[in-house]
Amino acid sequence: MAILATDIEALIREEFPNAQIKVQGDDGAHFAAHVVDESFRGKNRVQQQRAVYAALKGKMDGPAGELHALALTTKAPD
Amino acid sequence: MTDAKTQIEETVKANDVVLYMKGTKEMPQCGFSSRVAGVLNFMGVPFMDVNVLADDSLRQGIKDYSDWPTVPQLYVKGEFVGGCDIITEMTLSGELDTLFAENNVTFDKAAANKIREANA
Repeated sequence: MAILATDIEALIREEFPNAQIKVQGDDGAHFAAHVVDESFRGKNRVQQQRAVYAALKGKMDGPAGELHALALTTKAPD
Repeated sequence: MTDAKTQIEETVKANDVVLYMKGTKEMPQCGFSSRVAGVLNFMGVPFMDVNVLADDSLRQGIKDYSDWPTVPQLYVKGEFVGGCDIITEMTLSGELDTLFAENNVTFDKAAANKIREANA
């Protein structure tokens, strides 16, 4: 059931090939991810983070989801 | 619309500030819910709390309603504002104060400033 930080990074990378992605956490369920991508420009945080959640393809879903907590920060490049 | 969606829509439209959370504002049952409820309590914001743990259809329904995978979820004037991370960032940046001010939601500016001082 456990998921690795590198798995999360790979899923996000698939959707955002040019993003700066940093994923931290190693207990298999609780992570922090920081994603900086040009496609976020002009979008609010909810829109940005929905796009990241979509890239995780249901890993967060419900009690059966592998990923229990993901502290997410997103922004467009400065 | 499903019953849960109808119920959620009625709740968020009838109340200026609604927090869907795990547990209640008096007794949160998750650290993330506790943090957001704590910020709102500390800032003196009048809000309605909805405990998703008390109703399985709401627990899933709120995620479908907002297209957002986690709880807590904060709504102001019927609009989804964000979850724990977003509310934390907005509190520290002052954006949450602005949002409340624009929507005529009562809050204690001095308390909000205190949170920012403590986290500076």
